[in-house]
Amino acid sequence: MTEIGLNHILFVSIALFFIGVYGFLTRRNMIMMLMSIELILNSVNLNFIAFNKYLWANKMDGLFFTIFIIAIAAAEAAVAIAIIINLYRSHRSIDVEDASDLKF
Amino acid sequence: MTAQDIIFYLLAAFTLVTGFLAVTTTRIFRSAIFLLFSLIGIAGIYFWLEYEFIAAVQIVVYVGGIVVLIIFSIFLTQEAGANLPDTTITKKITGGIAAACGFGFTLLQVLQHNFTGTTEPGIEPSVANIGNRMLGVNEFGYSLPFEVVSILLLAAMVGCIVIALKTPVQK
Repeated sequence: MTEIGLNHILFVSIALFFIGVYGFLTRRNMIMMLMSIELILNSVNLNFIAFNKYLWANKMDGLFFTIFIIAIAAAEAAVAIAIIINLYRSHRSIDVEDASDLKF
Repeated sequence: MTAQDIIFYLLAAFTLVTGFLAVTTTRIFRSAIFLLFSLIGIAGIYFWLEYEFIAAVQIVVYVGGIVVLIIFSIFLTQEAGANLPDTTITKKITGGIAAACGFGFTLLQVLQHNFTGTTEPGIEPSVANIGNRMLGVNEFGYSLPFEVVSILLLAAMVGCIVIALKTPVQK
């Protein structure tokens, strides 16, 4: 058993990313898709922190990327939920299959 | 195997299992709770990596903010106890194949790649260092992205209010 290093954390991050991708591809509820996106963003954050700690400890770039990603993800989630609530008001459903007004 | 290793494996397993349950369970409210635990697991991994500030930000913003927002929107958009329609088996198979192939290829690339890092002494990710860098305007400062993100947050806030506003009934 080797010591825990970069590869172990990258494994967790990759697994979490593709769990998010699986959820995004299979679920049709918009809130579920939003949750999958949150999982994907979190795996990316974990990646940045791992690279910052194990490869470039003399810089803080990965850490700042993570902070800015968290801020942008919060803004994105708020806008997405506003859109979802507005869609529910007009269509009474938040299933992506029902939101087909722009589809021809 | 030291205690540190065991803690890492426990945190990783906790994060992945709750994350997987979050995307597969058919009750949307349970799904939000599993997502909450998954995010707490990631905060635990940040603590394990000794990035305490990021772990605190993760708990405050994700666990305290985004998950609560998601739970509120679940309450607003559907009956909390209702089951979602289960996904079709074709969708499960195609999604599973796509995710598994992507996972395999990415893992192969990562394992084959030889990462070479720096050997210089590291900077401690303490709050004082982060604050000095965050508002610095010299070579390693991040004050410009900081200002851009603050404008973005303001724009997103105004946009949310405008989008979710109830349009008055025309007389």
